Amino acid sequence: MSIRLSQRLLQLRAPILTRGYPLLVTKEKTEDVLHTKSALQKKLTGTDIPSAQYGGRHGVTMLPGGGIGPELMGYVREIFRYCGAPIDFEVIDIDPSTEGNDDLDYAITSIKRNGVALKGNIETKSHGLEEMSRNVALRNELDLYVNVVHCKSYPGIPAHHKDVDIVLIRQNTDGEYAMLEHESVRGVVESMKVVTVENAERVARYAFEYARQNNRKKVTTIHKANIMKLSDGLFLEVANRVHRDYPELEHNNMIIDNTCMQAVSDPHQFDVMNMTNLYGTIVSNVICGLIGGAGLISGRNYGDHYAVFEPGTRNTGTAIAGKNIANPVAMINASIDMLNHLGHKEHAKVIHDATYQTIVKDAIRTPDIGGVNSSTDVVENILKILSAKRVNWPHGNYFNQS
Amino acid sequence: MSMLARTLGRSLLQAAAVRQLHLSAALNAEGAYNANRTTCTLIPGDGVGPELVYSLQEVFKAANVPVDFEAYFLSEINQVLSAKLEDVVASIQKNKVCIKGILATPDYSNEGELQTLNMKLRNELDLYANVVHVRSLPGVKTRHTNIDTVIIREQTEGEYSALEHESVPGIVECLKIVTAKKSMRIAKFAFDYATKNNRKKVTAVHKANIMKLGDGLFLRSCEEISKLYPRIEFDKMIVDNTTMQMVSNPNQFDVMVTPNLYGAIVDNLASGLVGGAGVVAGASYSADAVVFEPGARHTFAQAVGKNLANPTAMLLCGTKLLRHINLPTYSEVIQNAINQVLKDGKVRTKDLGGQSTTQDFTRAVIANLH
Repeated sequence: MSIRLSQRLLQLRAPILTRGYPLLVTKEKTEDVLHTKSALQKKLTGTDIPSAQYGGRHGVTMLPGGGIGPELMGYVREIFRYCGAPIDFEVIDIDPSTEGNDDLDYAITSIKRNGVALKGNIETKSHGLEEMSRNVALRNELDLYVNVVHCKSYPGIPAHHKDVDIVLIRQNTDGEYAMLEHESVRGVVESMKVVTVENAERVARYAFEYARQNNRKKVTTIHKANIMKLSDGLFLEVANRVHRDYPELEHNNMIIDNTCMQAVSDPHQFDVMNMTNLYGTIVSNVICGLIGGAGLISGRNYGDHYAVFEPGTRNTGTAIAGKNIANPVAMINASIDMLNHLGHKEHAKVIHDATYQTIVKDAIRTPDIGGVNSSTDVVENILKILSAKRVNWPHGNYFNQS
Repeated sequence: MSMLARTLGRSLLQAAAVRQLHLSAALNAEGAYNANRTTCTLIPGDGVGPELVYSLQEVFKAANVPVDFEAYFLSEINQVLSAKLEDVVASIQKNKVCIKGILATPDYSNEGELQTLNMKLRNELDLYANVVHVRSLPGVKTRHTNIDTVIIREQTEGEYSALEHESVPGIVECLKIVTAKKSMRIAKFAFDYATKNNRKKVTAVHKANIMKLGDGLFLRSCEEISKLYPRIEFDKMIVDNTTMQMVSNPNQFDVMVTPNLYGAIVDNLASGLVGGAGVVAGASYSADAVVFEPGARHTFAQAVGKNLANPTAMLLCGTKLLRHINLPTYSEVIQNAINQVLKDGKVRTKDLGGQSTTQDFTRAVIANLH
């Protein structure tokens, strides 16, 4: 009797404790079904597509998106032209008003070809059931499983906290964004939140690896495992297990609601944060807001084969489009991330220095960060600084001409 | 005996020219400290190469282009004076850009070496894609007008594998190598080129009806890659038909992607259509570096020292180089000057039916720089 009971207990415990899963990222090559667009589908991410680097120049897909996207992209191209960055953009406009996904499909194919993209926020006007958010579709299809936002304060910019330096690492494809919703009984809607060992491990490993390589001390995993014991519990457990491979790093965990409170009262306690999808977007918006808003910080999305760079908080900014007050810094920072990713460190440094000088030393800022200048003022000042520094072909040192 | 004297005389003459080149390189090296200049490797090559390169340098100097040259004399037929291949390769790897004349290749091999110097250089740097943009030039009279075709050639495998052997006396086998990896790579290069330059169509040139496996693989790889480019038309054509179509109706072609040997043939054929080896520029790409060289590979050795070669191809190489290294304004100035001189038609070298010398042409271009 007692044996039987314990056996039953064991059976019962099996689904609760997810110890049976192997901690191994195994990618199976499935058939290339174009646009399953679900996070649950394993993706064939074309490894055998040769990279688009020719004679030292890189091909990069540019998706201006909606709202202020096209303006900002124009500034980025101007800046690249000025400092001679060896990048050839393939610009693809996605018309938000069209039904169907032809342009989006083409954009995704283009990123697969080039491997790297610079992206504004893409609008999805239609709310039809079969039309999903195009941003999510893009991330799922390219299997961009991790999103990295480095929130670092700029001195002198009015903000609630000074000297914040937090790296937010967010699971980008799973979780609440699985887009599996149904109305099983009239009036009752269920939305599925999906956590997979594979993706949780990939993002945790990325977070710890990032911390190790960048000399960070602590990783904080954000969760709500007290309520969602299985899904968030799995995420937390995977993070704990990955931590065993990084004994030199400190690892703690924090519940999401507490995290938000701690973030606004004492953000300096955080170093690297490891989060599921929805918590990630909340926390990154909170912290970006703390240090000066949506217009400053850039975000990076990585998959196994592709990288997409975009402003950190994914806002379209339709309300301020065409008014010449949008802050170009976030997109410029995204382009700097892209140059770093492609190995053009000198160009990245020159543009970074010029941008930093403009908004910190010269205090030429757009209204959203307490300035009085227009977008073009900011860009023109950056160009003025850049015109004195041309980066030599191919990655030579740059020289001050003044 | 007299022949020996002649050869000796010629090599002495070349030696003098080479010394002058090295000297100019040294002078430039000193000036290079005033920063903000780009260094480019320079291989004058055989035949009229040094004369053409001199013309290019004159034009660059006149246009005040911030480019310095690092000259290496590389030659297979004049091994005594030739620089070491390793040095040249190291220089190109450092600078990532190179301007190169044509290297002459003897038809025989003394040491049983099957690879030519050109092939060694390409393999060493993995310069896999050769791009020749064949375009009708203003003021150059040809049978066809408005030709605007880009021929992209894979140049590290195929028939140029240098794997030949005589298994039984009297029977020689030459291996043509086709790999999926390199075929995909060149196909992707062609489609990316087409995307970047707003081209509409890519034509794969093959002979898969006879070489079903080898060329078949090349063709299948191109088809595979073409699926990634839904907005570019993909077409295929057998090489013998291509040559016929090329001479009868060249305007139907946009971008062509070819394996090694077919590419060499189509390159030269197409160059002939727009005015010959003296007016077509080309470039060889690896992932990191580019070597700009005339599109049709002829050394024009019979004209050495006679001052009659056409420097247009080399000057166009120069404009391509400037565009590549983010100096488009300089590129446009020189390009416009060349177009103006050709359009005026007063100064023409012998190959275009004129009587002017290389030097005259160079001076005319310089006079038109503004």
